[in-house]
Amino acid sequence: MFFLENNLLSLMMIMPVIGAAILLIIRHKDQEIEKRNIRQVSLFITFVTFLMSLVLWAGFDNGTAEFQFVEQHSWIGEDISYYIGVDGISMLFVVLTAFLMPIVILASWDSVQDRVREYMIAFLILETLMIGVFTALDIFLFYIFFEGGLIPMYLLIGVWGGMNRIYASFKFFLYTLLGSVLMLVAVLYMYLQSGTTEIPLLMNYNFDVDVQNWLWLAFFASFAVKMPMWPVHTWLPDAHVQAPTGGSVILAGVLLKMGGYGFLRFSLPMLPEATIEFSWLVFALSIIAIIYTSLVALVQEDIKKLIAYSSVAHMGFVTIGIFLLNENGVEGAIFTMLSHGVVSGALFLCVGVIYDRLHTREIGRYGGLAINMKIYAVLFVLFSMASVGLPGTSGFVGEFLVLNGSFAYNSWIAFLAATGVVLGAAYMLYLVRRLIFGDLDKDDVKAMPDLSLREKLVFAPLVIVVLWMGIYPNSFLEPMHASVNALLETHFSTDTSHAAADIIVSPAGR
Amino acid sequence: MNGELPNLLPALPELILAIGAMVLLMFGVFRGNSSFKQVSNLSILLLLVCAVVMIIEVGGDRQVTFNGMFVTDAFAVFAKTLVYLGSAVAILLSGRFLSEHGIAKFEYPLLVLFATLGMLIMVSANNLMSLYVGLELQSLSLYVLAAMNRDRLRSTEAGLKYFVLGALSSGMLLYGISLIYGFSGAMEFDVLATSLAGDEGPAIGVVVGLVFLLSGLAFKVSAVPFHMWTPDVYEGSPTPVTAFFAAAPKVAAMALLVRALINGFPGMLAEWQQIIIFISIASMLVGAFVALVQTNIKRLMAYSSIGHIGYALVGLAAGTQAGIEALLIYLAIYLTMTLGAFAAILSMRRSDGMVENIEDLAGLSTTNLPMAVAIAIFMFSLAGIPLLAGFFGKWFIFLAAVEAGLVPLAVIGFLSSVVACYYYLRIIKVMFFDESSGAFEGGHGQAVSFVVGTAAVLNSPISFLLISPLVGAAAWAAGSLLF
Repeated sequence: MFFLENNLLSLMMIMPVIGAAILLIIRHKDQEIEKRNIRQVSLFITFVTFLMSLVLWAGFDNGTAEFQFVEQHSWIGEDISYYIGVDGISMLFVVLTAFLMPIVILASWDSVQDRVREYMIAFLILETLMIGVFTALDIFLFYIFFEGGLIPMYLLIGVWGGMNRIYASFKFFLYTLLGSVLMLVAVLYMYLQSGTTEIPLLMNYNFDVDVQNWLWLAFFASFAVKMPMWPVHTWLPDAHVQAPTGGSVILAGVLLKMGGYGFLRFSLPMLPEATIEFSWLVFALSIIAIIYTSLVALVQEDIKKLIAYSSVAHMGFVTIGIFLLNENGVEGAIFTMLSHGVVSGALFLCVGVIYDRLHTREIGRYGGLAINMKIYAVLFVLFSMASVGLPGTSGFVGEFLVLNGSFAYNSWIAFLAATGVVLGAAYMLYLVRRLIFGDLDKDDVKAMPDLSLREKLVFAPLVIVVLWMGIYPNSFLEPMHASVNALLETHFSTDTSHAAADIIVSPAGR
Repeated sequence: MNGELPNLLPALPELILAIGAMVLLMFGVFRGNSSFKQVSNLSILLLLVCAVVMIIEVGGDRQVTFNGMFVTDAFAVFAKTLVYLGSAVAILLSGRFLSEHGIAKFEYPLLVLFATLGMLIMVSANNLMSLYVGLELQSLSLYVLAAMNRDRLRSTEAGLKYFVLGALSSGMLLYGISLIYGFSGAMEFDVLATSLAGDEGPAIGVVVGLVFLLSGLAFKVSAVPFHMWTPDVYEGSPTPVTAFFAAAPKVAAMALLVRALINGFPGMLAEWQQIIIFISIASMLVGAFVALVQTNIKRLMAYSSIGHIGYALVGLAAGTQAGIEALLIYLAIYLTMTLGAFAAILSMRRSDGMVENIEDLAGLSTTNLPMAVAIAIFMFSLAGIPLLAGFFGKWFIFLAAVEAGLVPLAVIGFLSSVVACYYYLRIIKVMFFDESSGAFEGGHGQAVSFVVGTAAVLNSPISFLLISPLVGAAAWAAGSLLF
């Protein structure tokens, strides 16, 4: 156990790499058996990683804002080190990543028949990099993981994607890269100013106020593209639509969270003055994103595109929550990210299910699924409601916290953001009406069978988590408290006092 | 001058190489072209022996000999190691290609050896005179190598073009040297540095001379605006020769440029810095934008190398020890990427001969996955994407630039790297996303596979383990440059 305590995070990162190496040597003369073995090994590896993430959660001390499970080894020169650890903000993202991976592997079981080995290797490498992003405590290491994730994702979209996959993969790669190189300049500058690349030390370094604005904008360029925020969100609908189902799930479930995580890990603690200075910009862009992309989602004919636009709208809530700089806002933002990770992942999987049967994502080609796919219809409605934010599902808690926090900050922001909730209900219900209800009048849709055992197995954990997060959110909120409080008190204590004063009882029942 | 022999020890590897090359020449002359294979193998052996002698016998201490014409120090050892490596790999890669094209002449490895000798002198030059001698020995050998395939129009054209433009640049270089000598009265770098250190600032003639000197050297490293020859020569020369051009001579010329500017003109930093910044930005932009429209992979690599020279020059533009250290790290990583990429190009063979179009790579991932993965590693590494070695090079280069206060230069560099990323991605797209247009013929030989494999491993995430020693070595080398 001692070994596990000290190296758990490294083990979680190395596990998928070992898995990828095993996949390389799996050979069998029968193609089908080889594919089956590859899938089973991948599932096993990701499942073990998920179990390790549960150990991480169980061993996590909710009472402290310090980094835990810390490992540090010197690497390049005196400054740059292999330095990893988790705190309350990052821990649940690691769990989310590890949770979604086995589901993704299971969901790709039958739909990916071509180059299975390479597909699984790309996903396993991606898992290592995603865990690395959320655990890196060295800014150089963080950048490597943050950018390195582009390579497997580019290949996933480009090789296993839809018709227009090449355009989408290039757009995804170059958009994200363009944002990130500006961040890299800021990282270089911060390193030279402070003489350290360790994130905990940088968090307590006071950068010059004039410089902060530039650094903040550079970080913003990267995270805003990754989030994505309006108006740099246009890569997302393309990437989502073209990516294979598994790729969409990971893209929506984990990769989009890196932007929000970046704001919380870098922009807020390292550049607090600039954060306050520019919060109006974030609010403006987020509100535009919420209203505009919700309206765009209303008129989509492609299911995946609709969900992609709804992702942009949800991320608008996240950015508002983060920059409210009060406890409800930030915790609501983190909760929304976790919830969106599960819910949008589940919705993409739902799309994948019917896409595998009919090979089209056009909404008009379906209809009346409630009649012949009863279980599927129940699940789809459940996840749609979670996306809308119905009380009792995970979506409600996060949105409520963010709206609550924004009322304390400025009621206009709350008002405008709340219209997003209404519009969200509109486009999701409209989608449900067209897809699930109505007449079952198309012959090929009539012939579609309900969920198979494997598909039920894929959705079961997602249903449990969505309801769990909605009914007892404290399991997820408690690990955050200490870190979020420390973040706000250390850097924004004077600015949040007025906002936090009138919200003493939070909706989570504390 | 005083009739005594100078201290020969610092130049021992060069002497061994010179004599060894002569002996091999005689051997080749007597045995004829059938001795190509033996001469090649012996040449590689000779390069290895010289490298070992350099590391063990000469070492990294600063030693000056031949009346201050020749210097060896840690910086020289670092750069020369790269030069030896690049030359040895170039000979290694050439065997099968030259035999199949009927140009397996024993002169090929010998010309590489003489060019290498020129490069070693360039790296160790401590005087404008020895600088020129080394440069010309190298250049003349390279002109002949470019025209190696003399029955093929493209090859002779490449050789002629290279020669005419190269002679022009040598002329400019000589003119610059004469101006500098005339106005400062010194040829030796150390003496130049002290004589230019006065308070009244350098004479205008020295500044003009310096501009000519820099123009001549910019030609040798193929930096914009003196890059015109590069695409044509890269495309026209036999591929192993191109691999050689892209690697070792670039390292040597960069090392020469660094030593001349840092040791010879430290007092004129403000003058030369703006020139270097200009050619560095211009090289990065031309390398990024013009390569976008290339269809021939060798031309594409030519523009890519122009861009990379631009990145390396950023380190020199910083003008600090950290900048030189970054430049050396960059060159070392660039060497592995380039040699690997050209070795991979050598595997692009169909039954009717070599192919060079990017489209010919279509679907390589379905026909030869290991090769496709290796090329993908080189391309991502050249693009400077993290996880691969190329990123470390960019990190240190731009770290030095930001440290020296050249933030706009860093921003331009990063933005041009995003543009450049597009064409590297395009190659990966062709290999992985497109339908196959027929497999390549095997039989490119073990040497090519070996070089591709080794370079791919060095550029893969395994470089995480190797980067620390490399940084240490570069710091050791940069520290010896008299700061």
